[in-house]
Amino acid sequence: MKQAAMKQLSFKRYGYFFGILIAFWLGSVFEANAIFEELWEYQEDVVYLIGQHIEMVLISGVIAIALAIPIGIILSRPRFAKVAESAMQLLNIGTTIPTLAILALAMSFLGIGTLPAIFGLCIASLLPIVRNTYIGLNEVPAHLKEAAAGIGMTAGQMLIKVEIPNALFVIFAGIRTALAINVGTAPLAFLIGGGGLGELIFTGIDLDEPFMMLAGAIPVAMLAVLVDVLVAAIAFLLVPRGVNPLRR
Amino acid sequence: MIKIDNLTKIFDTPNGPVTAANNIQMEVPEGEICVLLGPSGCGKTTTLKMINRIVPPTSGKVYINGEDTTGLDTVSLRRNIGYVIQQIGLFPNMTIEENIAIVPKLLGWEASRYKKRAAELLDMVALDPSVFLKRYPKELSGGQQQRIGVARALAADPPVMLMDEPFGAIDPINREVIQDEFLKMQKVLNKTIMFVSHDIDEAVKMSNRIAIFKDGELIQYDTPDDILAHPKDDFVKNFVGDDRALKRLRLVNVEQVMEPPIYVSQADSLSDAFNKMEACGYYHAITLVNKAKQPIGFVSKEATQTRQGQCGEHYLGLKSIISIDDDLRKVASKMFTHDITWMPCVDKEGRMVGQITQRGITHYLGATYRRDGYQASAEQAPLGDDLATAIKA
Repeated sequence: MKQAAMKQLSFKRYGYFFGILIAFWLGSVFEANAIFEELWEYQEDVVYLIGQHIEMVLISGVIAIALAIPIGIILSRPRFAKVAESAMQLLNIGTTIPTLAILALAMSFLGIGTLPAIFGLCIASLLPIVRNTYIGLNEVPAHLKEAAAGIGMTAGQMLIKVEIPNALFVIFAGIRTALAINVGTAPLAFLIGGGGLGELIFTGIDLDEPFMMLAGAIPVAMLAVLVDVLVAAIAFLLVPRGVNPLRR
Repeated sequence: MIKIDNLTKIFDTPNGPVTAANNIQMEVPEGEICVLLGPSGCGKTTTLKMINRIVPPTSGKVYINGEDTTGLDTVSLRRNIGYVIQQIGLFPNMTIEENIAIVPKLLGWEASRYKKRAAELLDMVALDPSVFLKRYPKELSGGQQQRIGVARALAADPPVMLMDEPFGAIDPINREVIQDEFLKMQKVLNKTIMFVSHDIDEAVKMSNRIAIFKDGELIQYDTPDDILAHPKDDFVKNFVGDDRALKRLRLVNVEQVMEPPIYVSQADSLSDAFNKMEACGYYHAITLVNKAKQPIGFVSKEATQTRQGQCGEHYLGLKSIISIDDDLRKVASKMFTHDITWMPCVDKEGRMVGQITQRGITHYLGATYRRDGYQASAEQAPLGDDLATAIKA
């Protein structure tokens, strides 16, 4: 046990060592080729477009969460059991549709601009949250529900005090997947006139300007990592200790 | 008091209606434990769950302390009934304190009051509050978790408790301990308890009354002693087992069976000892006690007939003694272990207060069969035979 831990530790140390080495090497290459200066040229655009990008992700994400969790809860109620099965089938089919196709479909009946972009992102990130909420709530062990009912909890108290806390970890996993899809799809919004960092990426590709493309791509990548870390941190704090596999 | 009046449950299944419980009629007096016993699928759990409407009854009524519960709403009905299930069902997202305090919280108690109650209950189930209050269920062993399950059911001090195989998932050693603790608690709390089990030994140990179910019917509802001594039909007879008379040993304690003490002290002469034994009839030996009346040995009848002098000079060591609080199972076990047919009984201070003999035990247990004129058949009164064969062997 101790030996395994030591092994892992030394492995980690080497990992850090190589990471730092690569970072230095990249830094020196960038510096030598004046890449930072080139990128800095787009600073104004990047700041403006990041704002637009985050706005799009935030609005569509919040709407998706606010819609998907109640839908998942309703589907998990016993009286909707029959509807839920077919609804979940439908959702599963929905997740196979590429996100670009969803954006295109949204554009075809909402026109171009931010609205169809937010709508499309919303739909794309809705599905994983609904699915995980439904599955998470359904997987709360039957004996916990029986104990809760036997104690004299109303259906609402049971949902809030027992079912949701025990499903929360799974629900957060859904939110994390949904936001990853959302942040990853958001650059495509530029294609239907939604703006965002996609503008720099696609224009950079079209004009064969690699630095313009990188000025868009690097912030998008950083944003994706940041959102993921943020959701993970929130999940770590919000999921009660007793049912949180990440906390002892 | 729980009274069940004509309770019936019919499940509609794709293969037609199935009667899980048919016109069940029974009453559990206040402060008693009633064990519902039977093979799986016999309707015992359905009957239990109809009382707090986890299973809604098809027809019939349930009275709790004389009050018809049909008119009560489900939520307030359940808050007044403690409920313990086999899977325990502690909420893993809550600490032990929150788990125990959940019913008081639902009932709107103040924080200080339910916190105090949680600590008090932990103490009662023999767990240290300072250690366990802030822990989570997954950090506890199965036995500890079920103690918390019982504590949670007791939190709002309900007059009635329903327990669905509460100790079924606990290993045999811990089960014995928890059963004993629970019985000790019940002596103080005096709840009216319905308890589902499929284990006849647990039923005999825990209950004041046993209800035996088969195929949705209540077959026999009696005290454990009557169930064991007078099974109503072949089903009950088979269910309680061929060794049912031996199981009765557990129901009787030494005090009920022991005979008035006869003993000698060290200064008494052997002829005194002989006279005392003769006066009582069938004894082959007499206990020797010290000044504090504690048994220290015995003098055999043979010695009193063949030797002279004081008892203190001619005694042999005792192989075993028994406390008056022990049950006959322990007595029988000691007799078999040491190859003896009698032993002195002592109180808490170790003073001799009587003696128990093999003959006395068979006589006591046989009384119920003789009363009903059963003694003619050897099959009907197996205890004497069993003991005799066991001793011969």
